[in-house]
Amino acid sequence: MATKTVSPVSAPTGGDVTLSKEEILRYSRHLIMPEVGMEGQLKLKRARVLLVGTGGLGAPLGLYLAAAGVGTLGIVDFDKVDFTNLQRQVAFGTSDVGRPKIEAAAERLGNLNPEIQVKGYETQLTSENALEIFRDYDIIVDGTDNFPTRYLVNDACVLLGKPNVYGSIFRFEGQASIFGYPDGPCYRCLYPEPPPPGLVPSCAEGGVLGVLPGIIGSIQAMETLKLILKTGEPLVGRLLLFDALGMKFRELKLRKNSDCPVCGQNPSVTKLIDYAEFCGIRGEEAPAPQTSVPEITPRELKARLDRGDDLYILDVREPHEYQICNIGGHLIPLGDLSRRANELDSAREIVAHCRSGKRSAEAAEFLRKAGFKKIWNLKGGILAWSDEVDSSVPKY
Amino acid sequence: MAVKIMIPTPLRAYVEKKDSVELQAGTVGEALAALTSQFSELRKHLYADDGRLRSFVNVYLNDEDIRYLQKDKTQVNDGDTISIVPSIAGGATR
Repeated sequence: MATKTVSPVSAPTGGDVTLSKEEILRYSRHLIMPEVGMEGQLKLKRARVLLVGTGGLGAPLGLYLAAAGVGTLGIVDFDKVDFTNLQRQVAFGTSDVGRPKIEAAAERLGNLNPEIQVKGYETQLTSENALEIFRDYDIIVDGTDNFPTRYLVNDACVLLGKPNVYGSIFRFEGQASIFGYPDGPCYRCLYPEPPPPGLVPSCAEGGVLGVLPGIIGSIQAMETLKLILKTGEPLVGRLLLFDALGMKFRELKLRKNSDCPVCGQNPSVTKLIDYAEFCGIRGEEAPAPQTSVPEITPRELKARLDRGDDLYILDVREPHEYQICNIGGHLIPLGDLSRRANELDSAREIVAHCRSGKRSAEAAEFLRKAGFKKIWNLKGGILAWSDEVDSSVPKY
Repeated sequence: MAVKIMIPTPLRAYVEKKDSVELQAGTVGEALAALTSQFSELRKHLYADDGRLRSFVNVYLNDEDIRYLQKDKTQVNDGDTISIVPSIAGGATR
């Protein structure tokens, strides 16, 4: 595990922490509030907070917690900054594309506040390293993007008795709460099991409105500060739901489940498990759907079209995706296919495609069962077409 | 009783993109049955094959989890709100 310490200042230690003249000036808007004051600011400086994930949620979390003077910030991520991150991951700039996220984030946070210590863990959080990494921190903040890591963070926090400041987003909607607080519920009290991979929304329905992670991540940052300062009412036993389109916040009651497999009276989970297996997947990707439909590669398709073969290109993406780019296919979104299959001529050879090949495999399988004999699935979808045949087709 | 069912973003595709559906029911179970008979595609997303509510979907009557009330048999009153709250995992979304 690569651990990088990126700070010119050594870690604050023990109870003899003080603020320098520069720090007093830097934190003056905190210090003049009685709810924070010198005592609160020193609590912040002594605090050790671990951010799991430096994506959309991690950006506001890291920036605000660093700015507020949280003395030790750990960040766990193994990814590199991607061009598509910049739409919402505001801790990164265009020049960071391609750099390891923890390196770019540590530099940004160190520049924002050189008084704090930033520790980067350039690794994937696993059942083997989670307890060891978490042990050095008071509060864990969950800013991940997948179910296996969320259950791993939850279970590790419960086993170590550390609070888990949770936030999650989907398109226009967000959730936030604090799990693993003494006598409070945990994530498994709320959701004992993850959804099976086939039922999570596909890439057609994914996406996230750029500001949303900023709002939910800021709520997590605020709850983290409140936990450190021991002030106000923490978001424990409550699930905050945010609907950006309706601009509505709602709150639901969360109860500690006495039968919870990890924090209940007779827990069955007493050590970390294999979370990929628990979530029914290996690694990050859901298994490819089982299909008996033959595949055609973009190069083969191009060659056949160039030869003048009579092929009917069926695009099963959504209309808004068609507007981004298309290869002249006939558009019938997957969800409409059962209703509109009569538009297709089963006598012709049909090549179905989508963005990456998953939805079109489903579509091709459906058509095959509906009696279409000459049906192909374009392997790798329009993304592969862009890579292998026509690089002028934009990728998204 | 007239109740409103709040539909979360991931499930709106199965209810003609509506954010809520209003209908008549006496219990939470009746309300969900009416909803899934009106929108049959929604059914497999709410219920497992054995007919039980899926474990990553929670149902609330107003702000209370029906698991801690009388579950499906929880009585509803005029003007109540039922919320379907599935787990979502996004955060970094690459």
